[in-house]
Amino acid sequence: MAQHLKSSKSTFLNVLRHSLAFGSPSHASRHLRQKLPHGGPPSIKKVSPNPLTRLCNTMVDTLSSSHEDTNSQVMDFPGGKVSFTPEIHFISESNEERVPCYRVLDDNGQQLPNSQFVPVSKEIAVKMYSDMVTLQMMDNIFYEAQRQGRLSFYATAYGEEAINIASAAALSPDDVIFPQYREPGVLLWRGFTLQEFANQCFGNKSDYGKGRQMPVHYGSNKLNYFTVSATIATQLPNAVGAAYSLKMDGKDACAVTFFGDGGSSEGDFHAAMNFAAVMEAPVLFICRNNGWAISTPTSDQFRSDGVVVKGRAYGIRSIRVDGNDALAMYSAVHEAREMAIREHRPILIEALTYRVGHHSTSDDSTRYRSADEIEWWNKARNPLSRFRTWVESNGWWSDEAESDLRSRIKKEMLEAIRVAEKTEKPNLNHMFSDVYDVPPLNLREQELLVRQAIKSHPQDYPSDVPL
Amino acid sequence: MASLLGRFCRKLVVPGSAHGSRMISTTACDSEAVKSLNLYSAINQALHIALETDPRSYVFGEDVGFGGVFRCTTGLAERFGKNRVFNTPLCEQGIVGFGIGLAAMGNRAVVEIQFADYIYPAFDQVKRVFPTLEFDFSTAEFLIRGFNSQIVNEAAKFRYRSGNQFNCGGLTIRAPYGAVGHGGHYHSQSPEAFFCHVPGIKVVIPRSPREAKGLLLSSIRDPNPVVFFEPKWLYRQAVEEVPEHDYMIPLSQAEVIREGNDITLVGWGAQLTVMEQACLDAEKEGISCELIDLKTLLPWDKETVEASVKKTGRLLISHEAPVTGGFGAEISATILERCFLKLEAPVSRVCGLDTPFPLVFEPFYMPTKNKILDAIKSTVNY
Repeated sequence: MAQHLKSSKSTFLNVLRHSLAFGSPSHASRHLRQKLPHGGPPSIKKVSPNPLTRLCNTMVDTLSSSHEDTNSQVMDFPGGKVSFTPEIHFISESNEERVPCYRVLDDNGQQLPNSQFVPVSKEIAVKMYSDMVTLQMMDNIFYEAQRQGRLSFYATAYGEEAINIASAAALSPDDVIFPQYREPGVLLWRGFTLQEFANQCFGNKSDYGKGRQMPVHYGSNKLNYFTVSATIATQLPNAVGAAYSLKMDGKDACAVTFFGDGGSSEGDFHAAMNFAAVMEAPVLFICRNNGWAISTPTSDQFRSDGVVVKGRAYGIRSIRVDGNDALAMYSAVHEAREMAIREHRPILIEALTYRVGHHSTSDDSTRYRSADEIEWWNKARNPLSRFRTWVESNGWWSDEAESDLRSRIKKEMLEAIRVAEKTEKPNLNHMFSDVYDVPPLNLREQELLVRQAIKSHPQDYPSDVPL
Repeated sequence: MASLLGRFCRKLVVPGSAHGSRMISTTACDSEAVKSLNLYSAINQALHIALETDPRSYVFGEDVGFGGVFRCTTGLAERFGKNRVFNTPLCEQGIVGFGIGLAAMGNRAVVEIQFADYIYPAFDQVKRVFPTLEFDFSTAEFLIRGFNSQIVNEAAKFRYRSGNQFNCGGLTIRAPYGAVGHGGHYHSQSPEAFFCHVPGIKVVIPRSPREAKGLLLSSIRDPNPVVFFEPKWLYRQAVEEVPEHDYMIPLSQAEVIREGNDITLVGWGAQLTVMEQACLDAEKEGISCELIDLKTLLPWDKETVEASVKKTGRLLISHEAPVTGGFGAEISATILERCFLKLEAPVSRVCGLDTPFPLVFEPFYMPTKNKILDAIKSTVNY
């Protein structure tokens, strides 16, 4: 009987001690356990304001025969030690100064004195610049194609070429990408060809997505770039799960996810950031703060100092970067990646930039912002010209190289469109495949019905979809 | 001239679409001033009237300030001010949750979800189960079971869970839905069936500009939370004579928009224009079709449909949403219960397929006029 009572008592003590520490999964409570004094909760001289803690502590004192010395100005609430203050003081809603923005090049592409950055080789720098030009030209030509009625839809990345290319350049091919929809440059860097882009936009049989989605909804498992979905910020928690997988497999790789200023308002942003911190996931959150979410300016989006300050709220290390500075982007992503993988932690990068283009071909942004503003960003703060100046200053580029590149890309693009346009669409059976791994009975039945309908009324159906 | 027009059938003209121009007659109304309006303009008019007639009403959502991506909110912010008509941050759960709070304080909150395809984060706000707190002795952990959600768990249950001490009846959620020709997975969805499964909210879908204005005003003023799906395909395409005054069309009342004797067809929204074409073609082959616009899907007007099917003995339902678990299944089951002995043939459903809404394959996916016509014939010849 005594034995039973004793074991009950120690069980109960453990329960009390454990509940004080708010028992939780090992990776999180490791932090808590370190903070707790060895041997259990201290007996305290000051009375805790928390009634539950007070009760537990009183009972522990009564039942336990050991006493600990304690610092009377500090209390172990669930979550760790915190010191008291007799002053009533609210933390200000903002810092006096905004978080400064890291940059390496000035507006004219001159390297700033004392700038810290990760050096890039000639080869990388030239590829970076060339890909930025390619991205811009690809956007020009596809946008025009939509205006001519050859494409149903398009969205450009004008103004954000440095974010696209420089971030990709700083990553390894094994890092898995969870894009929003304005980061085709990452695919471009990794080797997605202009033809492959065109195939998806035209939804032909060579499109890896099998013609199921609107243009710009690219994806490539070969290049570790998860397929775009138009829903905002849904990719953020996905990226965290993927990062956790990479950590469990011990890979030298991280997950990288992109989103806009608008995306940071979604609930999924909160969920993802919090999970990433708690799960200690090696994921980079790269926010393209381009000032606009369709017609909504950032002043209607949040009242914080942008997105970078939100990192600290979740316990996530963060940096604000000039997104139109290719060298700064490269360095920030490079360093962030290393920290994420080595230290198993998420990093938040807020890349400040400007959405020079309309939201998409369904938008006319002059309806809500001035054409002058757009023009200014296009000319004075252009990421391409800034980086070109720096690349040329190293003797790695020239006017001749520029015109050679542009004429080659133009030719390639026009050819890619020509081929994509005349390539037939995916076969009808691809409407029914991939809903599940294997088509279930109801889909097999529906395919038969559809094929019957086509036989009876062929005029109702497009002739370029092979049956 | 306007009064003369008022005495005749109002004609809905849908020009330049793949299905050719269509005409749907709506019932003639009083001789009042009318104006030829498209769907987004009619909705815009309803919103102007709603804000004008109730100073405690608000319109908000993503990008509504500059008029909205479909122009439904044009001129509202300028006229009523940014305190009543405003952009929200990009967050559907926040939009609906905030709207519920406003409505619970006695205001009318008319919120816009930019595309019905994006309504799911807010779906959660459609319902909240009371969290239960349990203590697990083996691990000494408090386990909180429960989940938050706005439309299902909050809006739908607000009145019921509080014993009618509180309600958020002033909430109306508007969202464009349905195929548009090139919308793909995320700009074409018809999610009405999910919401029809939630007691406590109403689901309303107009078929035309005139209907939209009247139904929207009814929805806004209805003392229950309403989800109002607008057929985006018709925003510009549909043009109709719309009365300029403040009028309401009752909820939960279906309308027989075409009388017939051989088969009853039931539909809603843009699909009715397709069904009307099938009815015209069927008539040429001697089949007399009765066409019903359900208008309100929850709670739906069973009596009108039942009366029609008892007359015709046959039922065909058509909707863009995938057939499995679509709202047609509910109609079919109910009519079967009520009209079993009167049915001459199984209930037919001509609907979208059980796949995500595809881009290139959209023409194959859609319930076309000819698919409906074939089903009419096979039902009549059963």
